[in-house]
Amino acid sequence: MAYSFPEEVLEHVFWFLSSDKDRNAVSLVCKSWYEIERWCRRRVFIGNCYSVTPEIVIRRFPEVRELEMKGKPHFADFNLVPEGWGACVYPWVTAMSAAYPFLEEIKLKRMVVTDESLELISKSFRNFKVLVLSSCEGFTTDGLASIAANCRNLRELDLRESEVEDLSGHWLSHFPDNCTSLVSLNMSCLGSEVSFSALERLVSRSPNLRTLRLNRAVPLEKLPNLLRRAPQLVELGTGAYSAEIRSDIFSNLAEAFSVCKQLKGLSGFWDVVPAYLPAMYSVCSGITSLNLSYATIQSPDLVKLVSQCRNLQCLWVLDYIEDSGLEALAASCKDLQELRVFPSDPFGAEPNVSLTERGLVSVSEGCPKLQSVLYFCRQMSNAALIAIARNRPNMVRFRLCILEPRAPDYLTLEPLDTGFGAIVENCKELRRLSMSGLLTDRVFKYIGTHAKKLEMLSIAFAGDSDLGLHHVLSGCESLRKLEIRDCPFGDKALLANAAKLETMRSLWMSSCSVSFGACKLLGQKMPRLNVEVIDERGPPDSRPESCPVERLYVYRTVAGRRVDMPGFVWTMDEDSTLSASESGNKPNVWGLRALMPSILHLAELIVAINILMNKEAKLLFSLFHV
Amino acid sequence: MSTLSREVKNCVVVMSSEESSSYPDDDSELELGLGLSLGGGKAKAAPPPAGGGGVGCDHQVVGWPPVRTYRMNSLANQAKSPVTEDFFSTFDECKSKNVALDKNNYAGNRTNNTTNEKGFQKKSLFVKVNMDGIPIGRKVDLNAHTCYKSLARALDDMFRTNVAVGARRSNVEEQIVVAATRQPGRLLDGSSEFVLTYEDKDGDWMLVGDVPWEMFLSSVRRLRIMKKAEANGLAPKIS
Repeated sequence: MAYSFPEEVLEHVFWFLSSDKDRNAVSLVCKSWYEIERWCRRRVFIGNCYSVTPEIVIRRFPEVRELEMKGKPHFADFNLVPEGWGACVYPWVTAMSAAYPFLEEIKLKRMVVTDESLELISKSFRNFKVLVLSSCEGFTTDGLASIAANCRNLRELDLRESEVEDLSGHWLSHFPDNCTSLVSLNMSCLGSEVSFSALERLVSRSPNLRTLRLNRAVPLEKLPNLLRRAPQLVELGTGAYSAEIRSDIFSNLAEAFSVCKQLKGLSGFWDVVPAYLPAMYSVCSGITSLNLSYATIQSPDLVKLVSQCRNLQCLWVLDYIEDSGLEALAASCKDLQELRVFPSDPFGAEPNVSLTERGLVSVSEGCPKLQSVLYFCRQMSNAALIAIARNRPNMVRFRLCILEPRAPDYLTLEPLDTGFGAIVENCKELRRLSMSGLLTDRVFKYIGTHAKKLEMLSIAFAGDSDLGLHHVLSGCESLRKLEIRDCPFGDKALLANAAKLETMRSLWMSSCSVSFGACKLLGQKMPRLNVEVIDERGPPDSRPESCPVERLYVYRTVAGRRVDMPGFVWTMDEDSTLSASESGNKPNVWGLRALMPSILHLAELIVAINILMNKEAKLLFSLFHV
Repeated sequence: MSTLSREVKNCVVVMSSEESSSYPDDDSELELGLGLSLGGGKAKAAPPPAGGGGVGCDHQVVGWPPVRTYRMNSLANQAKSPVTEDFFSTFDECKSKNVALDKNNYAGNRTNNTTNEKGFQKKSLFVKVNMDGIPIGRKVDLNAHTCYKSLARALDDMFRTNVAVGARRSNVEEQIVVAATRQPGRLLDGSSEFVLTYEDKDGDWMLVGDVPWEMFLSSVRRLRIMKKAEANGLAPKIS
């Protein structure tokens, strides 16, 4: 071990390490390994853009070729993060344009990307190949035009679910005639019609095109023209799947599909006219991924289609499929791994389809490989959840959304604690869980006890007291992301488990009962956390300290406090002074720690430092808890 | 960021007014659905802060259920009425896709709707509604009404409120109506200074109420509450 290999040898070995975890471990072995590794790291993943600065990244990793980064918290997807919150990529792009001239890939999620950023990207990186903008916003089709025009070797342009200001479809025509490198194009989120002939020509000259996701404006009758020019397609997203009912259109479409022997994934399907679905049947046996979540067709048509896809691994569908359709799915698609059922009428007061817990239970029974579920429904029972848990101990991601908040077990009217408890107890590999329905502190006890591999937990309208939050923070060893809304969790559990927060990527709490005072305390106590209060009512110190904050976002960082906060975000600094409370005593957690020895049994003191922190946290908590 | 009462702040109309939840008139139709549904009623035991909302007030919990805006917009723009033979791709496109379907061949949707034994299926037909003088439009589900009267009343309620809440996004479908105090008075009964008009599938603007309701449903693309003076002096014909 003491012998040193030549650096080149080590570098060559490290080259085979692709996982960030492995590379991070390697860089901790010794200084020389740290140095060697950092010079040969090509891919950097930043889960929270505010956890680090571009300068720090560039300083440590000078030769990065691929950057993947996430910005806004997940709940931004549901309008819980106000407009203008942040996560702008521009400062990153400017820094990288100077430092990484050979950058090839940028993949962003939930970030604000401006046309200026896109233009700068297109002009700064000569060998730029891959741009993936997932759930991003802030740019227009003009920005896309710069990318198309200037990135000579562009391989991937994927705009999945981004909000783009659609000025015109003209951007597509900016791809130069000598651009033949395209492998993947996803423009499904765009509204405007692009020039079809430009699209045809682009597809024709892209022999490596594997993924083509069209937007709704591309008419069905013209789809065959594209398919014929790209028979090597592996993933296709159709445009609007509707046309006049004409046999010539049908046969043209059917013939074009039959040529695409490599197709594995299908999506799109807006405005489906069921009569045209059979045109696809020739490819169904090869399909492994099917996204019908925009297809407003009824169960019988869905079943006919899905039962043709015997090799299906991933299905996204609307609740029009109903219990009967899911039963049919369970019978035909034995390789199914992922199922997502979305609500067709999420705000309707009454059920519009016959989709209940029974559908999910059938799939859990019939599909032995099912490991990832997202299911919206209107009723659930503990019995069903227990059945699902017993059927599928291999579950990895389980997200259940019962549309009515706090809905109890519809059979017994009890909370759904035992049901979700069964899920976490049986599914030992569970990494992600979202819960809904009526839930008490008990379910959190089960989660804290059993969910040892859980990395992400989403909670809404659940729990009775701080004990619930405490169970989660103290029990879930692998927890990285915790997002909570509308739960009666307050200061105690948060403060008692402050150290835990440094082991996680982030914590989001909105419409809970965390006071401004506690936020300040947390910010003071934990310098390596950014404790940010989002409150649209004005500065938090214009209200009493005991007043709960609207939203709290806590995340670990080496970047220090944000410098780009909008007017409704306040950060709790280390040096912010606590205003005196009414009693004149400053609630000071550190002071209480000093008191601990005289209170605790002496034996409990003889422990390692980090264990001491947690233990004392539990004791602190028990002091506060009545 | 204006300071507002907390209660109001928490009520955000995410998509549109959920008309289906607040019509006493439509109870009889809903009964059918309830009768055949699967015990959905029991789930309502818990006091719902979310859900259908109160009468005359578009209260919904922000961000619940957790469906992404992107998905909601896509679904909303796919309004497809089972009654109509024509259909629209989106209401935002200027071109209307006038596709006439052969009634006999169009087996799919129609058959499904008529032979559906699962119970009452209510599909939405959301159309945009703009009112002169108000920058932010709304959406209304036409299939939640069975006659002009109930539609007029719903629109009256929708545009008469004085709720002002900050908009979160610029997307029209998500914005909340920001309205100055409106003159009280019922819309569309001739006493108001406004008339209700609609744009049909040919792009022409017509007065609402001239044709049978079903025919109206099959040709309407969007609505506009227009100042009487601008409506070329035509008298409203809502009875």
